[in-house]
Amino acid sequence: MAEKLIGTDIAPPDLVAKITGRARYSEDFRPDGMVFAKLLLSPMPHCRVRGVDVSRALAMEGVIDILRAEEVPQREGPREACLTDEPHYEGEPVLAVAAVTEEIAATAIEAIDVDFEPLPFVLDPLDSLRPGGPTAYSEGNRFARLPDAEQGDPPAWIDFKWTDTDFVEIDAGRMPNAEPLVEWSKGDVDAAFGGADLIVEDAIVHQSVTHHPMEPRTNMAYWENGKLFAHVSTQSTQRTKAAIAGAVGIDPEDVVLIAEYCGGGFGSKIAGTTVMQIPAILSRKINRPVMLRITRYEENYVGRARPGFQSWVKMAFRSDGKCTGVDLYIVEEGGAYGSGDNGTAGAIADLIYTPQNMRFRAVAMLTNTPPKSAQRGPGGAQIVSMLEPILAKAGRELGIDRLEMRMINAPDPDVVFGPRGTALTSVHAKEALEKGAEIFDWAGKQELSGRREGTKVTGMGVALSPYTAGSIGFDGLILVRPDGKLYVHQGIGNLGTHSISDTARPAAEILGLDWDQVEIVWGDSSRGMPRSAVQAGSQTTHAHTRANHAAATDAARKIRQIAAQSLGGSPNDYVLDNGRVFRRGGGAGMSFAQVAERAIQMGGEYDGHELPGDIHRETVPAAEMLAGEGLMGVAKDNYGRTGSTYTFVAGFALVELDVETGVVDIKEFVGVTDCGTVIHPRSLGAQLFGGCIQGMGMAMTQRWVFDPQYGVSFANRLYTARPPGMLDIPLDMKWDAVGIADPQTPVGAKGIGEPPVGAGAAALTTAIADAMGGRCLCRTPLTPDIILAELEGRDPAFGRLDQHVG
Amino acid sequence: MGDAEPVGLLEKKYSRRSFIKGVIAVGATAASTGYLLGGPLAVGAQSMLGATERLITLNVNGQDRRVDVLPNETLAMTLRYRLNMTGTKLGCDRAECGACTVLIDGVNHYGCSLLTHQVRGRAVTTIEGLENPDTGELSIVQQAVLEEGGFQCAFCAPGFIMSMEAMIRVNPNPTREEAAHALSGNLCRCADYDKILTCAMRAAELARSV
Repeated sequence: MAEKLIGTDIAPPDLVAKITGRARYSEDFRPDGMVFAKLLLSPMPHCRVRGVDVSRALAMEGVIDILRAEEVPQREGPREACLTDEPHYEGEPVLAVAAVTEEIAATAIEAIDVDFEPLPFVLDPLDSLRPGGPTAYSEGNRFARLPDAEQGDPPAWIDFKWTDTDFVEIDAGRMPNAEPLVEWSKGDVDAAFGGADLIVEDAIVHQSVTHHPMEPRTNMAYWENGKLFAHVSTQSTQRTKAAIAGAVGIDPEDVVLIAEYCGGGFGSKIAGTTVMQIPAILSRKINRPVMLRITRYEENYVGRARPGFQSWVKMAFRSDGKCTGVDLYIVEEGGAYGSGDNGTAGAIADLIYTPQNMRFRAVAMLTNTPPKSAQRGPGGAQIVSMLEPILAKAGRELGIDRLEMRMINAPDPDVVFGPRGTALTSVHAKEALEKGAEIFDWAGKQELSGRREGTKVTGMGVALSPYTAGSIGFDGLILVRPDGKLYVHQGIGNLGTHSISDTARPAAEILGLDWDQVEIVWGDSSRGMPRSAVQAGSQTTHAHTRANHAAATDAARKIRQIAAQSLGGSPNDYVLDNGRVFRRGGGAGMSFAQVAERAIQMGGEYDGHELPGDIHRETVPAAEMLAGEGLMGVAKDNYGRTGSTYTFVAGFALVELDVETGVVDIKEFVGVTDCGTVIHPRSLGAQLFGGCIQGMGMAMTQRWVFDPQYGVSFANRLYTARPPGMLDIPLDMKWDAVGIADPQTPVGAKGIGEPPVGAGAAALTTAIADAMGGRCLCRTPLTPDIILAELEGRDPAFGRLDQHVG
Repeated sequence: MGDAEPVGLLEKKYSRRSFIKGVIAVGATAASTGYLLGGPLAVGAQSMLGATERLITLNVNGQDRRVDVLPNETLAMTLRYRLNMTGTKLGCDRAECGACTVLIDGVNHYGCSLLTHQVRGRAVTTIEGLENPDTGELSIVQQAVLEEGGFQCAFCAPGFIMSMEAMIRVNPNPTREEAAHALSGNLCRCADYDKILTCAMRAAELARSV
C-alpha cells in the first residue's frame, strides 16, 4: 500500500531551497544588462504636479531614462495608476528613474525639481462626511452612478455629505440616523430592541493596519522576442499573469511570469500589484531589464493596508444571554482608491451572534491615506475584534459566564445569515469552543480573572472568528510522465502556506503514489498552469484539493482503461498502487512508466490531444503545450456544493495587564479550528498561530498615526508600527482542530488562512477588557498609552471616534 | 496667498498656509537621499555620486573575495549586488527586521547596518556558507529546521538561521525562553514563531549531541 498522505506532516518540496538561500525571490534575479529603477514619491497627501525639471537628472552619468505618468495607463475616477501627476496619498509614486546603479537612480531622484501644488486633503472619513468637509479628490468624495442615472450612464463624482443633525448625534457619541450607502435588514429590529431585557450600545474604532509582508513588493522585468518576462512578488501566479497582461495591454500568452517564491502577502499581493507595471513598462521603453527594488519605507506607502472602521453598534439580549438584535453602522476608511470590507463585516456579525433581527448600514469614504486592500480576514477580523468585547460586557451585566454567552450565540449547522440568506456547508463552531475551553481550562482558570498581583492584573478572553474558506469550479492539470512520476501543475502561488504541495496530496493518494513519486510544477507560467483560484480568501486548500482530486480521478480512469486495453478485462478490474496498475487480487500489471508511454502512443484524450469541453479557456493553452508528454489528467471541479464554505476558529487568551505601565503581556493562547479534514497538521498549526499573532499585532502594536495638520504619517516604519516579535507572543501556545470532514467537498478540507486573525485579535481585546474589570475601550490599537489613559481617567487627547491614533 | 485661506472644513487642521509651511518644515519638497534607503531622516546627507570605489578583500564563507566597494556601502548590498550572494535578504534596510543577518567572526550582525569596509579582515559567514563545502551536507541548524518543517514564506529564514547558528555557539543548552531572546532581533511576519523556536531548540539538541 502506498503511504497515507492526508493528515501527515510532510515538509514542502522547496524547504531546502528556502533554508540554504537558494530560493530566489524576485529581487534575487540578475539578467545581463539589468538596470535599477527608483521612484519619486509624493511628499503630500494630495497635490498636483505643476511642473517637473528633469534636466539635471538626465545629464548625470549612468542615468538612462525617466518614466512619467503620461506614459502609463490612466483611467478616470478613483482608479489607481502606477504613476500619477495628481497623487492622492503621501508616498504615491509620481515618476520613475532608470539608472545603471540604484545609487545613481536615487541621486538622480534628488536632482529632479518637482513643483507640487498642495491640495486640500482628508484623512478621516467622518471629516469628509461633515457638511462643508474636505474631500479626498478635487471633484468629490465618491465616484458612483447618480441616483437618477439612466441605465448605461457612466459614474460621476459626488460630494456625499451627512447633515448637521447627524453630527449632533455623532458628536454626542450616539449612532446617527444618517444616509447609508449600503443597507440591509432582516427580521423585526425595532421589536427586538423593544422587547429586549438588555441593550448594550457602544461606538467603536478599529484602526487601519499595514500588511508589511517581509518581502517588499520588489519586481523585475525584461522583454525578449516580444514577450514580457516578469519576475514578480505575488500571492498567486496563473491569475497574476492575466492581471499584468491586462495592465500593460498585451495578450496573456505573451507574458512569462516567474514567481516561484513570495515573501508573504496577507492580501496585499493577491494578483497584479500596481507597482508591478513600472518595471514592465520601463523595460519596454529602454529595452533593458529593470529591477524595481521596493524599500521598507516605500512598502509602507505603496504596500496596502486594512481599512479602518468607525462604527456604532447596539445589541439586544434576552435575560438568558441570547442576542436577539443587532443594529450596526460602519464608516469605512477607503483610502485613496476605495475599499469594501464593510459588507463582510456585517454578514459575519450576523453569523456569530445569530440575532435573527438585524439592521446593517455602512458608508465607505475615499480618504487621502495609503491604498487599502483585503488583509487576511478582511472585514471579519475587524468586526470580531470590535464586537466580542461587547458580547462579554453583556455577559457580565446578565451574570452569565462569557464562554456560556459565546456558546449560546454561536451558530449551529443550520445557520442562515447575511443579506442573501447564506447557508453553510458545515459548521462546528460549538465543538471548537468546547475543545478550546477544555485545553485552555476555562472553568479552572475562572478564579484568575481580575486577580491582581503587584501591579499586574490577569484577564481572560474568548472569541469566535469565522471566515470564508473555499471556492469551487477551478481546473486540475496533472501528468504521469514516462519516468513514472506524477507531475502536478499548480497555478496557485507559493507564499508560504504550503498549499502548493499540500493540495497535490489527494491526487497522489487517488493514484496510489508515495510522496517521493510526486513532483510539483509551480511558479513559472512557461511550464503550464491550469486556471486556478487567486491565492486569497482562504480558497486554495478547498478549491485545489478539489481540482486536483478531479484531475486525478480523470487520470485514474484513463490508467485503468489503458491497462484493460493492454492486458484484457474490464477497467474496473484494475487497482492503482505503488506506481503500478494491476488486476485486483494479483495478476498482470503495468508500471506507470509503461502506462505513460502507452498513453502517448494512443494519443487522443489519453495524452491530452483531446481535452474536455468544460475546462476553462485559460487551461487550454497549458494542456495543449503539455499534450503528448505523458498520460494527462485534466478536469474541472464539477463536484458542486450547496451554500458557502466557512472555517471557524475559537481563540482563548490569558493576559497580564500592568496597571502602572499599561503594558499587556500575553501569557497563554489556545486556538481551535473547525476547518474540516486536516491535511498537513504542522502547517495548519503554523497558519493558525501565525494568523492569531497577526491579529494580536493588529489589536495592540501596529498603527497608523498621521500629523493631522500636514497629512503625513509618523508611524511609517516597522519600529514605529511594530508587528509582533518573538518576545511579544506567549511561549505557551496550543492549537487543535475539530477534525470533522466537510461533507460537501471530496477531501473534506476547508481553508484556514483568514479566520485565525479575528480569533487572535478578539481573544486579546476581550482579555484586556476582562483585566480592566469589563471596561471596553472600544478601539484598536490598544497601546500602553491608550490603556493607561483609560486606567488613570485621563483625557486621552483624541476624540471618541478619531481614527489614526495609537 | 491670504492668511489662513481655508482649504478644508477644520481650518486648524487643514489651512493651506500652515500646510505649505509644514511641508517646508519636514523638508518634503521632492525627495532626498532618503530615496535610497528610505525615510526623510537622511535630509541634507551628501550624495554619494562621484564617491570612489575601492578594491578590497573580503573573507566570505572561508574564501577571500576581491570586490570594489563604495565608502558608504553596506555589507548586505555588497553581498547581494557585488558578490551575487542573494541568500542574505533585505527586509527593511535599517536594522528593524533581521532578514539580512550574517555572522561576523561567529557573531550575528545585521548586514544592512555594517559598512563593508568595517568587516575587512574579519570572517563573514552567510547562509550560503553553512553547508559543508565538501559533502554538501546541511549544517546542524539547517537539518533541525528541515526536520521540524520550519518557516512559511521563509523570506526571514536566512536571517533566523544565522541567528540560530550564533545562538548554539554561545548557548547550546537554552531554555525556550532563552532561545526566544536569542532570536528576538529577527522578525517573521508570518509569525511562525512557535515553530521557529521549536527548530532552534532542536538545533541546540543536535549541537549538543555532536
